[in-house]
Amino acid sequence: MSVVTQTEPAAATESAAPAREWRPPSYWPFVIPALVVVLAVIIFPWVFTIWMSLQEWKVGSPTVFVGLANYLRLPTDPRFVEAVGHTLSYTALSVLLPLVFGTLAAVVFHQKFAARGFLRGIFIMPMMATPVAIALVWTMMFHPQLGVLNYLLSLVGLPPQLWVFNPTTVIPSLVLVETWQWTPLVMLIVLGGLAAIPTEPYESAQIDGANFWQVFRFITLPLIMPFLFIAGMIRMIDAVKSFDIIFAITQGGPGSASETINVYLYSVAFVYYDLGYGSAIAVVFFLLIVALAALLLYLRKRLLWTSQLGSEA
Amino acid sequence: MNPRYILGQIGLWLSVFVIVSPAILFFLWMASLSLKFEIDNASYPPVLFPEHIAWKNYADVFASNRFLTYFSNSLVVTGCATALAMLVGVPAGYGIARMAAHKSAIVILIARITPGLSYLIPLFLLFQWLGLLGTLVPQIIIHLVVTVPIVIWIMIGYFETTPLELEEAALIDGATRWQVFRHVALPIAKPGLAVAFILAVIFSWNNFVFGIVLAGRETRTLPVAVYNMISFDQLSWGPLAAAALIVTAPVLLLTVLAQRQIVAGLTAGAVKGG
Repeated sequence: MSVVTQTEPAAATESAAPAREWRPPSYWPFVIPALVVVLAVIIFPWVFTIWMSLQEWKVGSPTVFVGLANYLRLPTDPRFVEAVGHTLSYTALSVLLPLVFGTLAAVVFHQKFAARGFLRGIFIMPMMATPVAIALVWTMMFHPQLGVLNYLLSLVGLPPQLWVFNPTTVIPSLVLVETWQWTPLVMLIVLGGLAAIPTEPYESAQIDGANFWQVFRFITLPLIMPFLFIAGMIRMIDAVKSFDIIFAITQGGPGSASETINVYLYSVAFVYYDLGYGSAIAVVFFLLIVALAALLLYLRKRLLWTSQLGSEA
Repeated sequence: MNPRYILGQIGLWLSVFVIVSPAILFFLWMASLSLKFEIDNASYPPVLFPEHIAWKNYADVFASNRFLTYFSNSLVVTGCATALAMLVGVPAGYGIARMAAHKSAIVILIARITPGLSYLIPLFLLFQWLGLLGTLVPQIIIHLVVTVPIVIWIMIGYFETTPLELEEAALIDGATRWQVFRHVALPIAKPGLAVAFILAVIFSWNNFVFGIVLAGRETRTLPVAVYNMISFDQLSWGPLAAAALIVTAPVLLLTVLAQRQIVAGLTAGAVKGG
């Protein structure tokens, strides 16, 4: 930052100019303590992880530099490849379902009704509650003999399910929990979007005699698209990383039917203590999340009609 | 009152009911499980309101070995991690907002995207090397990964919206930067402080993944303690559900009491740690 003073007469018109000159150095003391913490707990672990991913590093044995060997091992590791598939299907469902339900819920919460604030507080309880605690109760509800879910199915005449105890239904069952838990976040973001919509389009639509569905499809939906995109992005990041619910309910089972990358990473690093390989998984995992985020951004650009509307919001 | 209005109201309340019921029914069922004796929890069809209420489940949890230790561990870890995060994060949010250092947000974004487990591998080795593993210190430090970005992120947002005129007037009157921050900026940002504090507390309290790796038998926090109860105590649902409810009750209470702050914070940054 050049501190070449501009004490020309022109500068006198800007009364705040002298204060502005001192900005960069004088605000640094505010930031330095946080910078130290961030360096220690965020930046250092990242650098160390990348370095470790190039080592053969198992707890209790000497470390050996192996270059990219840990990374080359990934595509030939069937458990990792399988985990990528589980992660992607789990994520796709855990983004789409909360987006649909969260949007519907936001449309309802956008109306005026009694005790709305209190009911909204109730509605967001699932996402604030301690994940392990709710996972425990869901585990009881999934119980094939004693669980309340099979009882509810029997009330509407459906056959009992094995839920998380069956390899083919375990991922949808976990997605059910994830959707129950995170629909409120989508609702809140979309609700913020609805609040920002001007009333004029609705008034003219009413004059034109549009019905509820037409209003939603042609006015509300395009206008909240930018918010849906943000919600989808956040949901994707959280769903890919989802750990507590899966680990507490199934530990990746039955067998490895619900083992996502994060759960597998836990096993590699802290059950087998293969820290070098675990670090390589962590790096690739991070890159996968960045790639998925880039893909969403690309898809958004492709849908130009929405981004044009979105640039205003 | 035309019929169309009444129909609309009925439709609205019906949709409100449908939307809120999954949350209400779940927590109602959780409470029901925690207040039933085994015989009621194992009955078919299931009983929602039992004839005999098993308060004993709660007494059992509090009497069980180490539950109070775990409770105080959780208090210490969440308390220290939140206090430290406020201490370093609030001034940092102020500095970043005033310097308009928007690129620094990238670090927070990276912290937001990175899976919690990735921090654990290097920090686990570091704590082992420092000989800290039997204490609560590693968990306090690693919880900063969750709390510091939340606090910084929310405080940047708040300080960007607070008016500059007052601060500039105070500077012209000869106040130092620190005095301006302490006596002008901070009092205005009180609502933001509340939001940052509440969210940091909740996400630190709920954190599970750091605990399962770093906590020993004596240093478990409540979520880890509850997880361990699942594996050892699969069949006694009453005390298990009671323990789960005790763990999450403070957070649920906070959610209902401070829902306005929580909503403001979540929609501003949509932060979540781990």
